[in-house]
Amino acid sequence: MPDTAQETPAKLTIKDFQSDQDVRWCPGCGDYSILAQVQRVFPEFPHKREQYVAVSGIGCSSRFPYYLNLYGIHGIHGRAPAIASGVKMVNPSLDVWVATGDGDGLSIGGNHMIHMLRRNLNIKVLLFNNQIYGLTKGQYSPTSVLGQITKSTPAGVIDFPFIPVSLALGAQATFVARAMDRDPKHLQEVVRRAEGHHGAAFVEIYQNCNVFNDGAFFQFTEKETKDDHVVYLEHGKPLVFGKDRTKGIRLNGFRPEAVPLDGGKFSPSDLLVHDEKDSTLAFILANMIHNPDLPRPMGVFLALDHPTYEDQMGDQIARAKSRKGDGDLQKLLNGEETWVIK
Amino acid sequence: MAKKVETLDEVTIRFAGDSGDGMQLTGTQFTNTVAALGNDLSTLPDYPAEIRAPAGTTYGVSGFQIKFGSVDILTPGDTCDVLVAMNPAALVTNLKLLRDGGTIIVNEDAFTEKNLRMAGLTTNPLEDHSLERFQVNAIGITKLTTNALAEMNLSTRFVDKTKNFFALGLMYWMYNRPLDQSIRFIEEKFGVKDKQVAEANLRVLRAGYNYGDTTEVFTTRFDVRPAKLPPGRYRNVMGNAAAALGLVAASRKSGLQLFLGSYPITPASDILHELSKLKEFGVKTFQAEDEIAAICASIGASYAGALAATTTSGPGLALKTEALGLAVMLELPLVVIDVQRGGPSTGLPTKTEQADLLQAVQGRNGEAPLCVLAASSPADCFLTVYEAARLAIKFMTPVICLTDGYLANGAEPWLIPDAATLPPIPVSFAKDPAGFQPYARDPVTLARPWAIPGTPGLEHRIGGLEKQDITGNINYEPDNHDLMIRLRAEKIERIAADIPEQAFDGPASGGIALVGWGSTFGSIRSAVTGLRESGHEVTHIQIRHINPFPRNLGALLAGFRTVIVPEINSGQLIKLLRAKYLVNAVGFNVVRGLPLRSEEIEEFVEKQIGGNHA
Repeated sequence: MPDTAQETPAKLTIKDFQSDQDVRWCPGCGDYSILAQVQRVFPEFPHKREQYVAVSGIGCSSRFPYYLNLYGIHGIHGRAPAIASGVKMVNPSLDVWVATGDGDGLSIGGNHMIHMLRRNLNIKVLLFNNQIYGLTKGQYSPTSVLGQITKSTPAGVIDFPFIPVSLALGAQATFVARAMDRDPKHLQEVVRRAEGHHGAAFVEIYQNCNVFNDGAFFQFTEKETKDDHVVYLEHGKPLVFGKDRTKGIRLNGFRPEAVPLDGGKFSPSDLLVHDEKDSTLAFILANMIHNPDLPRPMGVFLALDHPTYEDQMGDQIARAKSRKGDGDLQKLLNGEETWVIK
Repeated sequence: MAKKVETLDEVTIRFAGDSGDGMQLTGTQFTNTVAALGNDLSTLPDYPAEIRAPAGTTYGVSGFQIKFGSVDILTPGDTCDVLVAMNPAALVTNLKLLRDGGTIIVNEDAFTEKNLRMAGLTTNPLEDHSLERFQVNAIGITKLTTNALAEMNLSTRFVDKTKNFFALGLMYWMYNRPLDQSIRFIEEKFGVKDKQVAEANLRVLRAGYNYGDTTEVFTTRFDVRPAKLPPGRYRNVMGNAAAALGLVAASRKSGLQLFLGSYPITPASDILHELSKLKEFGVKTFQAEDEIAAICASIGASYAGALAATTTSGPGLALKTEALGLAVMLELPLVVIDVQRGGPSTGLPTKTEQADLLQAVQGRNGEAPLCVLAASSPADCFLTVYEAARLAIKFMTPVICLTDGYLANGAEPWLIPDAATLPPIPVSFAKDPAGFQPYARDPVTLARPWAIPGTPGLEHRIGGLEKQDITGNINYEPDNHDLMIRLRAEKIERIAADIPEQAFDGPASGGIALVGWGSTFGSIRSAVTGLRESGHEVTHIQIRHINPFPRNLGALLAGFRTVIVPEINSGQLIKLLRAKYLVNAVGFNVVRGLPLRSEEIEEFVEKQIGGNHA
């Protein structure tokens, strides 16, 4: 693989990824955790520091590149996937990351997001989803829930929200995952998995905006409620959840349902077994969000091996060069029909 | 019967027919043939935005005009000498462009009742004496084509599609041009896939030629001798192709990978098509999901160290506006080619106009100065784009290169440049981490260093927020912002020291200067020639570098009593000239979606002179 084949770099540490800029997010913001987990796992990856590029758009999450001591572009609203695509196409050996939010990545930049994903450029997207516009101070976003009261929806949100995971799956993303700011170990694992995927990786991260939308995800992140409301997806394993792991998800036709494992009626062998290679299953899991009785799936929904855009672009060039030889500028300028005037 | 041969200095022919009649192909074939015989020439494709409007309608008429000669040809011609009209709609829509006494060649088989009605005619112009001031040759082209293919047992539909080659063959006979170029073309284009198609087209082409030779309708044929062009090797080139070549040449001379981010838009798409074919040159073309993604990907590509370009037309440039501001802020090299078309909004997609000038120079939020150049002829698109790339890299700035629909699809002979002697485009990426600052500046050009990802020790973040001088860190301090605004403007101003002084044709000072930019070069130069023949002393100034202007331009303009600025817009260059130099210039503005007519410019100047004397 062209983007990882490097000589063994000197061991990097978390310090190598911390920039000299003061972090300016609100105290208590979920972004701090996401930054910390990224800084923690990046040193494990087989790249030199100068090979990383972080690209962002506009919004709280988009300040991300400033706080990583890497190459970075803080672009314009929604356009990070497009900017990142240009970087990656020109130099496929770079490890390109996009930091974006639910407004930046799914509203103003929704078009770029879906197209970058379907092209399968080897770019990693961390989408910080807090279901609100933070930097513009509290308007609703495309992931805000129905009825949500915000500065711009005093009578409640009336448009149906995106499910980011479903959107990414619909856009033919080859890697789709969900994680949470308040589950650092799992978030680290998902970031590792994204890095290891050769192709576009979409990671939705539930992120608490403690100023404008505090507690939006607490039932998934807080100790008291988490176990009954979250199911962790593991490839090849049945979907089991609950405080004492006494509940599971089985498929009734195409419909997932929660069943007790301690009532004698169902055993783990009745449960749905996760398969990251099954895109139909991935949609079913993504749609569990519509049933409030079901836990929220976390982890890797889908991981498929498809050729990347930049590899194919490189292949076409290599093929043309081997067929026609390296381009000759003078021949090109001459064109096909010429004549001489004496 | 032996036919007389008359020699002409120049001829303008207009081919017109239904969009499906192949008029663009016919025109291009004729062009390539006369070019190869050493004539100077200029062409104007004039086609509708609809791909195939209903047959026989006036709005479905597609035209192609070519002027060629043994003399210097500067424009495709205000009017034509010969009109080839394949149906009544083509005749009525183009008749106003035919000079009095001009020749009409029509396919009389197409003058059916239905077609006459479709063209809005109540009587047949071939019979109602309305064409008496012209020489009308009504020829049964459909029948003659059918006869030529009688033995081949082809469908009527197919036969109908080949009749443009009959017209082409006839014009070759009339202007004494050989068939070999077109024979080669037909064999290469159709012969490989379908020998029958090739054979049919060849037969029809020859039938048209032979018809001219044998019919008694034509008693005279014409000859146009080769033009006295500077010696060297020539080819025929259209503006979009020349622009694409300019980018490839700049890529080769700079040693940088070429990246093009683009979204299809008329009339710019051919640049994308041309470059997408050149993979053996390592060119990476990216057809983005929209105009914004196209420029943003190019900005990313530039950050990563490529020679990055994006191509578009007016509506697309409007969409790229915000990203252009980012490119100004990031101070990265970027070539933006705007192939202008008629506006506003969707406007006239296939027509030409010069109305994006102010958009290019000033159309961004905040003060976001960048360099603007304009090409003056189809072949000049090559050098202008090449120069844009050179300046973008040297000054670390986006450069907008303005061409237009006429240049894009117009063609002219091109003295092929010697790749080895093109101006060098040196590139130096920052390498040394010691004392590296992303916004430290070159003392002469004020360019910042180009530090690309992958370079150890130069990791840095840049973005659209205002940045501190030198460090590039986010900074909102009032005095720093004022300084950065000035530095960004000063950097663009300093380009003036790097570009040639403004050239001019005619006296360096005196009575009248005609000042143009871009594709009006030919029309203005023709008008100047005409005015001189009428005894006026006129100077022609055509501006390539629009932002910044050449350093001598103000002094040059100050030397003329009357400065006239013809433009295909309502007066945009003139605003910039007046604002910068307080020059009391007069505008000549016609916005029809077509090149300016040199006769109109002449008349306007005559009137101005008359007015001044009165």
